[in-house]
Amino acid sequence: MNELSVNHLLGIKHLNIDDLNLIFKTADHFKEVINRSIKKVPSLRDVTIANLFFENSTRTKLSFELAEKRLSADVINFSSSQSSVKKGETLIDTVNNILSMKVDMVVLRHPNPGAAILLANNVNATIINAGDGPNEHPTQALLDSYSIIEKIGDLKNRNILIVGDISHSRVALSNIYALQLQGANVMVCGPKTLIPKYLHKLGVKVEHNFIKALEWCDVVNMLRLQNERMSNSFFPSVREYVQQYGLTLDILNSLDKEIYVMHPGPINRGVEISSDVADSKNSIILDQVENGVAIRMAVIYLLAQKKPLKK
Amino acid sequence: MSKNIILNKKEIDIILQRLACQLIENHQDFSNTILIGLQPRGKSLLNRLLEILNTSYNISNINHGLLDITFYRDDFRRNEKILEANTTDNLEVEGKSVVFIDDVLFTGRTIRAALTAIETFGRPKNIELLILIDRRFSRHLPIQPDYRGRQIDVYDNQKVIVNWSDDQGDDCVYIINKL
Repeated sequence: MNELSVNHLLGIKHLNIDDLNLIFKTADHFKEVINRSIKKVPSLRDVTIANLFFENSTRTKLSFELAEKRLSADVINFSSSQSSVKKGETLIDTVNNILSMKVDMVVLRHPNPGAAILLANNVNATIINAGDGPNEHPTQALLDSYSIIEKIGDLKNRNILIVGDISHSRVALSNIYALQLQGANVMVCGPKTLIPKYLHKLGVKVEHNFIKALEWCDVVNMLRLQNERMSNSFFPSVREYVQQYGLTLDILNSLDKEIYVMHPGPINRGVEISSDVADSKNSIILDQVENGVAIRMAVIYLLAQKKPLKK
Repeated sequence: MSKNIILNKKEIDIILQRLACQLIENHQDFSNTILIGLQPRGKSLLNRLLEILNTSYNISNINHGLLDITFYRDDFRRNEKILEANTTDNLEVEGKSVVFIDDVLFTGRTIRAALTAIETFGRPKNIELLILIDRRFSRHLPIQPDYRGRQIDVYDNQKVIVNWSDDQGDDCVYIINKL
């Protein structure tokens, strides 16, 4: 297979294993390209991409922008704080206005789940979901899987643990879909209040004992507390959370085996992960960031390929 | 589909020996040269030439590598056939004499893409082109080979296939009619 089964990247839920393998294989080639002295290919020089970020973002936005520029696409950036959205314009109207400036592709981050699907169904452009509320963050899950495969190979029957605020995390849901698609065993760990009640229905193991969970896994993905999405108090105090679910070097060294540590960023050092773990040899956090550009180049390239130029 | 064989194994062997000699004539010990096979079809030709240079002329350790031009093509989103990318090696070309190696030269667009792609690794001293089959009167761009195996005339609705024994059967070059 040499093309994606989808015309938009709305979530991992919509992809199949062939899509994932094609994205990873294409990312391999782009990773080689971005390590050359000239890191740019001319493939998308006739494509214009709008990055619409209705929520704050640092690395995802930069990573998408760099990926687009390295594919030679024209890029325009939009942030909701400086826009007419504040004046009451709807999302579809905003995007249609941008598209009338001959934009081919939209990268959308939005606080509402389903925003990317809404756009895909209502506007004439390729949509890439860069995070829609607590729903999905597909490119993060793709780069996470890609980074794990680089370290431990095929994910079939490997044990991957996701720790932290599962309820409010789009990274967790996309990772669960992606990892299961590749045959990995997935476990989540965190306070009961931060794990959705029906998560086990997705075939995910749930464990509340952090040490037991760590002993089970080959790779642990530490998520941050999504305080911006918490309307109630989900645990007594940050101090207590750190004591029960914070990963320290002492805990890592006490395990019988070496495990890889991931984090999608931004890191709250001293909360979900200590500084010495984040900077340790077990950490692949910076590999994730590097791989993010290659994965996003692959996704954009493969989606652009699905939309031939009109002759 | 009928195959019209234009070169058999023996004829290809003679041509490859000649091409190897021409390379030696211009590049002597190859100390400042890198031979680059264009993916995917230039790979086998590159390997054959390296083997001849080593076994027949005792020249080994020649700098060489593979270059994929998929991301540099000018028909992205214009071609119905979707092409898969191949591996590119880490190529050291700065200040070197580069020789591109491919099996068939047709429109010249692959070579145009290769000229762009190679710049991403550095600035070569000069670039030459070695091809096994030169399809005359078919060029879309002002590109000509420096080393040519055989020049042939083929209709636009025909395709030239170079078969290497690495793939299957014997080495041969044949023409088929496109469907």
